[in-house]
Amino acid sequence: MGKLLAVTLVVVAILSAIPIVRHTWGPPEDISTHGHLIDQQLADTMIESGIAFLAAQIILGIFIWSASSARPDSKIKNFPGGAKGLVAAAVLLVGTEVLALGVFGQKAWASVYFTPPGANALPLQVQAGQFAFYFRYPGPDGKFGPIHPEMVNEGNQNYFGLDQTHDQDSKDDIVAAEMAIPVNREIHLLMHGKDVGHSFYVRELRVQQDFVPGLDLSLHFTATKIGRYEIVCTQLCGLGHYNMKAYLSVLSPEDYDAWIKKEQAMQ
Amino acid sequence: MHDTAAHATHHGPPTSFIRKHIFSVDHKVIGKQYYALGLFSVLVGMVLSWIMRLHLVWPNFAIPGLGILSSTGAPGGVVTPEYYLQLMTMHGTLMVFFVLTNVPFAGFGNYFLPIQIGAEDMAFPRFNMMSFWVTFVGACFLFAAFFVGDGPPLAGWTAYAPLSALGKITGPGEGTGQTLWALSIATFCIGQLLGSLNFISTTLDLRTKGMTFMRMPLCTWAWFITSCIGLLAFAVLLPACILLILDRVAGTSFFIAGGLVVNDQLQPHSGGSTLLWQHLFWFFGHPEVYIAILPAAGIVSHILVNSYRRPLLSHKVVIYSMMAIGFLSYMVWGHHMFVSGMNPVSSLAFSFPTLVITIPATILTLIWIGSLYGSKLRITSASLFALGFVSMFVAGGVSGFFLAQPSIDIYLHATYFVVGHFHMVMGVAAIFGMFAGTYYWFPKMSGRMMNETLGKVHFWFTFVGAYCIFMPFHYLGLAGNVRRYSTFVDDFMGPLMPVHKFISIAALCTGAVQLIFLYNLLHSRFWGKPAPANPWEGTSLEWSMPSPPPWDNFGGKHPVVYHDPYQYGIESSTGDYVMQDSPEQIQTVRDDKKLSPE
Repeated sequence: MGKLLAVTLVVVAILSAIPIVRHTWGPPEDISTHGHLIDQQLADTMIESGIAFLAAQIILGIFIWSASSARPDSKIKNFPGGAKGLVAAAVLLVGTEVLALGVFGQKAWASVYFTPPGANALPLQVQAGQFAFYFRYPGPDGKFGPIHPEMVNEGNQNYFGLDQTHDQDSKDDIVAAEMAIPVNREIHLLMHGKDVGHSFYVRELRVQQDFVPGLDLSLHFTATKIGRYEIVCTQLCGLGHYNMKAYLSVLSPEDYDAWIKKEQAMQ
Repeated sequence: MHDTAAHATHHGPPTSFIRKHIFSVDHKVIGKQYYALGLFSVLVGMVLSWIMRLHLVWPNFAIPGLGILSSTGAPGGVVTPEYYLQLMTMHGTLMVFFVLTNVPFAGFGNYFLPIQIGAEDMAFPRFNMMSFWVTFVGACFLFAAFFVGDGPPLAGWTAYAPLSALGKITGPGEGTGQTLWALSIATFCIGQLLGSLNFISTTLDLRTKGMTFMRMPLCTWAWFITSCIGLLAFAVLLPACILLILDRVAGTSFFIAGGLVVNDQLQPHSGGSTLLWQHLFWFFGHPEVYIAILPAAGIVSHILVNSYRRPLLSHKVVIYSMMAIGFLSYMVWGHHMFVSGMNPVSSLAFSFPTLVITIPATILTLIWIGSLYGSKLRITSASLFALGFVSMFVAGGVSGFFLAQPSIDIYLHATYFVVGHFHMVMGVAAIFGMFAGTYYWFPKMSGRMMNETLGKVHFWFTFVGAYCIFMPFHYLGLAGNVRRYSTFVDDFMGPLMPVHKFISIAALCTGAVQLIFLYNLLHSRFWGKPAPANPWEGTSLEWSMPSPPPWDNFGGKHPVVYHDPYQYGIESSTGDYVMQDSPEQIQTVRDDKKLSPE
C-alpha cells in the first residue's frame, strides 16, 4: 500500500504539472505596456513554485516507498544533516526565493502604482453601480463637472448625478455605456463607486482595481492593441453581479475621434 | 508540576441523561458535540457545493426537492443565479466557521487536550459547556437564514460592506438573512473566545506532574498556539460584527461612506469607511486560516510520529515553527486587499511577511518529509490521510507564493486560482487532518475500531478526487476565470467549460465517496470491534487509559510523566516504544535529559 501511495503521489504531481508546462490554459495575450512585467513575474514564480511542488511530492513519494518497505529488524536512520540541515536549507532556499521575488516583484507593482500618469494622459471616469458600468469623458473643456449624488436618476439617464443646467464643466461631459480608448495613448482612469463595492478587471490589460464607495481612486495604463475586450466586475456586488460587465474598445486614433464625436452628438 | 489538577474539577459523575449527553460539563462529551455539529455542517456544506457545481455546468438542471426549500431561489428546483450566490455564501460560512474551526480545534482539542496533559477536565468546565451551546445557537442563527423570507445572505463569507451593511435595499438576501449572518458570527465569536480562554488556562495550569511544556505532544502545542491566535482574532471579529449589526439595524455608519446612491435613492449615511470592514475582517480572517490549519498540522504531526515509529527530527523546531506561523499570521492580513484601494505602499509591506511565513511552513514540511527517511512507516487509514495532508499542504502552499505578490495578484485576484489555493491548503488539507484524527482517535473516543479497509478505500478516492477537483481550479484562474459568477456565457469562458464539467463530475463523485466514511463512522460506532486501550501502540497519555475513557479520565489518579512525548524506535519491555507515564528507564531518543519527573 505504501508503494502504491508513492507511485500515486508522483503520478498526480506530474499530471498536475503537465497543463502548466504545456500552457494549455493561460492568460490571454497582454495588450498593455506594463503587462509584460506581471507576466514575467508570473512565469518566474511558476518555475520556482513548480520545482518546489514537484520536488516535494517526488521526494515524499520516494521516502514513503523506502520507509514502507523497511525490514522490521532494520535500524532507524536519521536524515543526513538532521533538523539543523533542513532548517538551514529552508531558510536559505526559501529566503533567497522570497527576497528575489519580493525585490523583482516591486518593479511590476511600481510600474502600475508608483508612477504618476503622464501629462498627456487622456482622463476618463468610470462609475460602477449595481449592476452596470458607466463612462464619462470630460468633453472639449477637458474638465469633469461635479457629481451630485442626490441628482442621480437612472430613469432620466442621469447616471452620474450631473447638474448640466448649473455646472459649466458638466455641460460638455460625454456619458457612455461602453468604454472606448485610443490605442497607444495613456489613459488616466478615475474610478467612482456609486453604491457598494465593485471592481474593474480587464484580463488582457492586466488591470484589476476595486471601486471603494466613498473613496475615488485612479489608475493609468496604455493599451497597445486594437480590439474589443470584456470589462468584468470581480467584487461581489449583489444579485446581478454575474451580469455586470461592459466592453472596452481599443480604437485607432481616427476611429476614436469619430466615436467620441458620435457620442457627443447623442448627448 | 502543579497540584492544582486535583482541585480543578468540582463535578462528580453525571447522573441524568441531560447532564450526561446534552448539557454536559465533561470535556469529552463537549468535544464530541463540536465534532457532531461540524459533521452536520460539513454535510450541508458539501451538498451546497454539489448544487453550485451542478448549476455552473448544467444551469437548467432541476434538483429534486430544492424547490420546496426555496420557491423563489430555486423555482421547480432550478437554481437562479441569485440563489447560487446565496448558497455560496452559506457554503463558505458553514465550512470556515462551523467545520474548519469547530472540528480540528474545538472538537478534537476539547476531547484530547486535557487528557494529553494529564488533567481531569478543562480549567472551567461550565464555561466549556457554555462555549459549545453558544456556538450551537450561532449555528441555529445561520441555518435559520435558509428559511427567512428573502433567503440566505449573498454577500459572501467575507460579507464586504457596504453591500452587507446597507440592508434590504441592495437586494434580496441583504435583508433578514444578512442580519442573521452577522448575529450568527458574533455569537460564534463569543463561543470561540470562551473556548480559547479555557484552552489557554488549562494548558498553563493543569499539566500533571512531569508534564513540562516540551513534553506536551505536538497536537497539544498546536491547540495551545491556536487558542492564543483565536483569542486575539475572534476578539476583533466580534466588535466588527457588532458594528455591522448596528449599521444594519440602528442606522449607524461605521462601514458606510456618505453620498451612496442605491436604486436612485441617496442613502442616509455618512462618515463610514468601506475599507475599515475589510481591515477588521481580514485581521481576523488571515489568522483564521491558521486557526484551521495549525490544529490539523499538530494532529498530523502526532499521527505521523506514531506511524513512523521514530521521533521527528526535532520536536522543538516543529513547536517553534508553529509559533512563528502564529506570530506572523497577524502581519499579513493586507494581502487579501492588494487591489482593494488600500495604499499601494502598504501592499508591499504586507507582501513581505506573507512571503516570509513560507519559511516556517517549509520547515514544518521538511521535518515531516525528512523524518520519514529511514523510518519504519506503518500504513493505516490515519497515516494515509496524514501523508495526504502533507501532499495537499505543499500543493496549496506553493500557490500561495503567487498570491503573496501584489503584482501577480493584479491578474489573479478574484479568480479561481485563489479559490483553488485556499481550498487546497485550508479546506482539503485541514479536512485530511480531521479524517486522520478521526481514524486515529475513534477507537479511544468510542471504544470501538473503525473498519480499516473501508478507511483505505475512502482515502484513495478522496485523495485522487481532491486533486481532480482543486488542481484544475488553478488552471481556470490562470486563464482569468473570475470567481463568484454563476454563469459564464461569454466567448472567453466558453473554452473553459470542459474544465468546469470535469471539476463538477469529480466533485460529485468525491462527495459521494464520503458516504463510505459516514457509513464507517456510524456502523463502527455501534457494531465495530471493541477497541483495546492502545491499538496504535502510541506513547501519549490518551493511550494509557481504557477506551473509551472513564468520566474522570484517569480514574481519580494523577498520572506522572517521565518521558518526552514520542519515545518510539527504542527497545523497551512493551516493544519499540515507551509510554509517557511509564517509569521504565530508557535511553531517551531525543536527548539524554534526566529521566525522573521534574
